[in-house]
Amino acid sequence: MNKISRRKLITTGVAAAAGASGLAVAAKVAKAHGLIPPDSGGLYGAGETLTYAAQRVLGRHAMAREFPRGEISQNPFANEVAPLGEEFNRLQAAGFAEWRLTVDGMAARPTTFSLAEIKSYPTTSHITMIGCEEGWTYIAEWKGVPLSFILDRVGALPQVRYVVYRSIQPDWWESIDMADALHPQTVVATGMNGADLPVPFGGPLRLRIPRQLGYKSVKYITHLTLTDNLKPFGQGKGGAASDGGYAWYAGI
Amino acid sequence: MNATVPIAGRASSRIAMPAATEVKRHSATVRITHWLTTIAFLALLVTGCEIVLSHPRFYWGEIGNVNVHPWLNLHLPSSRDTVPTGYGYVLPDQNGWSRYLHFQSAWLAVGTGLFYLLWGVFSGHFRRNLLPAASDLSIKKIASSIVNRLRFKRPGPEESWSYNVLQRLSYLTVIFVLFPLMIWTGLAMSFGFDSAFPIAVRLLGGHQTARSLHFLVTILLVLFLLVHVVMVILAGFRARMRAMITGRAVPPTE
Repeated sequence: MNKISRRKLITTGVAAAAGASGLAVAAKVAKAHGLIPPDSGGLYGAGETLTYAAQRVLGRHAMAREFPRGEISQNPFANEVAPLGEEFNRLQAAGFAEWRLTVDGMAARPTTFSLAEIKSYPTTSHITMIGCEEGWTYIAEWKGVPLSFILDRVGALPQVRYVVYRSIQPDWWESIDMADALHPQTVVATGMNGADLPVPFGGPLRLRIPRQLGYKSVKYITHLTLTDNLKPFGQGKGGAASDGGYAWYAGI
Repeated sequence: MNATVPIAGRASSRIAMPAATEVKRHSATVRITHWLTTIAFLALLVTGCEIVLSHPRFYWGEIGNVNVHPWLNLHLPSSRDTVPTGYGYVLPDQNGWSRYLHFQSAWLAVGTGLFYLLWGVFSGHFRRNLLPAASDLSIKKIASSIVNRLRFKRPGPEESWSYNVLQRLSYLTVIFVLFPLMIWTGLAMSFGFDSAFPIAVRLLGGHQTARSLHFLVTILLVLFLLVHVVMVILAGFRARMRAMITGRAVPPTE
């Protein structure tokens, strides 16, 4: 081994060691700040973690783009859903008077709300774009109760890190972190374009998360669970989509 | 080894030539970033095609869906039964892993690109190897270079260690125009990114415009890739591949 290659070897070794310890420190800092997504394991975990961490660092409180009324889509596309099932049909026949939203988990006052109660709370509205991972988009005005209001109402404990939400449709559930759960544009939507939220668009209740793709805005929600750990839910990756091979974080 | 002579005297036993035939062609940084970019680009291309198949239609502005008239319909079968394709079947859904791999490869491409950019500026690589000489930028010189290409004229020995003016211009275009446009239009499709930096998508003219431009720039990059590979083959595939792998080249003998 000659001098140059030895020097090269040492430099490369030092650089590799510095790089490895730098990565270890970065991973520790990221974990402490909640920048590691639940699907960070596996083949694509590195890219996924970089995306989630970068977006949370650059825009934790950023607001989704809002549009003027004139840009609302005249002919929005509802996408298809699986057949809604007997229970849904029964509730729909009764005008959703019996629809319930149960909130449990790490809450001081776990509560089951009726649809009428939800609708009696202060609402917010925004004209935002909904986009599908397939690439299509539409713009609509969404009206609903901020999720943060519901979380206040049930006395969410300070250690809550995720909100898990479920549809009346079996096996349709997702979760979000507190950056999105407490975000002012994240709403339990009851209305769209000035009317009650139509069934094809998720009525009577849809969790609307404008900073993420449409598959995070689960339709027909009946159940919220506040938790600090996603491991016990499904395969532990935080949602039906991520259990099915899609990214948990859908801000990209 | 005599370090003062740029033409290293590492005679290869396979080539029956006197010493001093090999020249240094590509630095280690160029070779490593070239192949990392190749891996990332191919992964981005394959997964990008998969993602397009879930909605093979393109629109301008902000809004685009099956209820909106597309400016471009690829008339391909789709992986979604909600898209009216005219085909009687639906392709399997590949979007999950495609999107994961697309973004992971994008990080690789961007990381490699940033490193290359910084190195290229500080090492003088751009100035020395990619900026065309002012004297080469006349219409006559460029035209003659194009004519030589079209006549499939073999490159002269000087092209074993230096890029010709067309190469320089096309590499500069890819590095400083097409790749940045790709990254910009890609980021502009991210709802999280647009929340933090709405100007990124506003300047482009909307979410669907960003998606259309992302697709169009892909076509330009694929065209570049095809021409690039054809040129490598015409110039001597083995020698050029060897140069991009080992860093050394042997100029052709007249």
